[in-house]
Amino acid sequence: MKESILIAGFGGQGIMLLGKLLAYTAMQEGYLVSMIPSYGPEMRGGTANCIVTIADEKIGSPVAAHPDTVIIMNQPSLERFAPAVKKGGRIFVNSCLVRKGLDKIVQRELITVPANRLAREIGEERAANMVLLGAYLARNRFLKMDSIRESLREFIGKKGERLLALNYRALELGANI
Amino acid sequence: MRVIVFIKRGALLMKRLMTGNEAIAEAAIRAGCRYFFAYPITPQNEIPEYMALHLPEHGGVFLQAESEIAAINMVYGAAGAGARVMTSSSSPGISLKMEGISYIAAAELPCVIVNVMRGGPGLGGIQPSQSDYFQAVKGGGHGDYRLLVLAPASVQEAAGLTAEAFVLADYYRNPVLILADGIIGQMMEPVTFEDIKPGENIAKPWATTGARGREPNIINSLYLDPEELEEHNRKLFRKYEEMKESEQRAELYRMEDAELVLVAYGTTARIAMTAVDMAREKGLKAGLVRPISLFPFPERIIRSTIRQSSAYLAVEMSMGQMVEDLRLAVNGERPVYFYGRTGGVVPTAEEILERIEILAGGYEGCA
Repeated sequence: MKESILIAGFGGQGIMLLGKLLAYTAMQEGYLVSMIPSYGPEMRGGTANCIVTIADEKIGSPVAAHPDTVIIMNQPSLERFAPAVKKGGRIFVNSCLVRKGLDKIVQRELITVPANRLAREIGEERAANMVLLGAYLARNRFLKMDSIRESLREFIGKKGERLLALNYRALELGANI
Repeated sequence: MRVIVFIKRGALLMKRLMTGNEAIAEAAIRAGCRYFFAYPITPQNEIPEYMALHLPEHGGVFLQAESEIAAINMVYGAAGAGARVMTSSSSPGISLKMEGISYIAAAELPCVIVNVMRGGPGLGGIQPSQSDYFQAVKGGGHGDYRLLVLAPASVQEAAGLTAEAFVLADYYRNPVLILADGIIGQMMEPVTFEDIKPGENIAKPWATTGARGREPNIINSLYLDPEELEEHNRKLFRKYEEMKESEQRAELYRMEDAELVLVAYGTTARIAMTAVDMAREKGLKAGLVRPISLFPFPERIIRSTIRQSSAYLAVEMSMGQMVEDLRLAVNGERPVYFYGRTGGVVPTAEEILERIEILAGGYEGCA
């Protein structure tokens, strides 16, 4: 069993955090994992992406030309990565920032999540990444919501309970999509 | 369903999710490295970052030098004084260090050098590459010398080889180069340091530790008498022969009945592994030899596969460098093909599979 997940969006949207969170949680669950960030001139406003591979056997290629799942947080990422998704794979889209090109997606499952709007409703638009993660978690075979919550506590615990509660709430909103 | 089972939660917590760069730095500290001199460059910056943060906690010295040349000469000095010392850089920065590396090799001093390769030539780009292979395994700087070169293909292996590099450097009195590519440096994977212990401290009676009560030790690479210099070169080469005898390493993957043998190292080997799996699913008898030591090149291991193989396919992130050592090892007894992407482009398993299929088709046509 193996899944490759590509996460892409603007720098500053928390792309790397999602990747690390997924990889770390899967590791804690006993899976083998790898996470490759795009690196270099990316910064806030630029594009960023990472590829997470979760498997129960040794991971060969840590890069995937045709990922099983993509989580798309902005328009340029849809154009760049959606065509590469494996047939039968899943495309999670932040429908607040991705409006064009969704009708071109065929032979893949499209899950649209109004992530920015839902995050804004709980008072923190920056939690849009967590809304998308919630939507993914509700539909994945590997990771339980509770495990992600536990990792989140380790990741941001020191920054306070309020932030943690907010992230939990964002995850739930996404999971209920 | 899961094959990998961690019995205890306690054991599980010992695994850390780290980038290859961070793991190299942590392993170096655990192996007893106490001096680190470097100058920043992508994609290896997490090594100096980690060293700056953690080396002082262990009583070590982190120093960001004013240039790569300064950094390697600080390494020369520390190594001469008998310290466990490391530097790291990426391709253009390693080129700058070459003069110092040649001096260190000539003076027979132990140190560890990390090259997290990026695309070249020139300033090139910052994406992963393996185009410094020649520079790494053929000496690199001026003069007849070799480095012991190790190429990790995972974060765990990057940690393990780095720690071992210090022991090998001390044993051979020779610089050891960790040759990684940008993906190995940047990729996060679980890593454990439980097996990484400080290597035994080999006595260094040659070190310049202060001459009170004994004759002064002199660290030098200047030999004006040609016969003396020739003898020095011969001595160095006896050492390289010993490395060839004792340090050839490679991992074999699905080689039991393989006929088409892929040869790849580092990240490319990981991708080739997936390509081999895909080929096997199509009924093609492909296998992989993954060199771990690049100098010495694992020619004995390659030679041991000649009888079963019909051809070799070298896969690299370069225009074809390791393939030359592969050809030397195969020595014309089998055809050796090459597939590479370069400039920071990473080959996909699908592309490699395509080459495997073409070659497999070729044999059938020829047979």
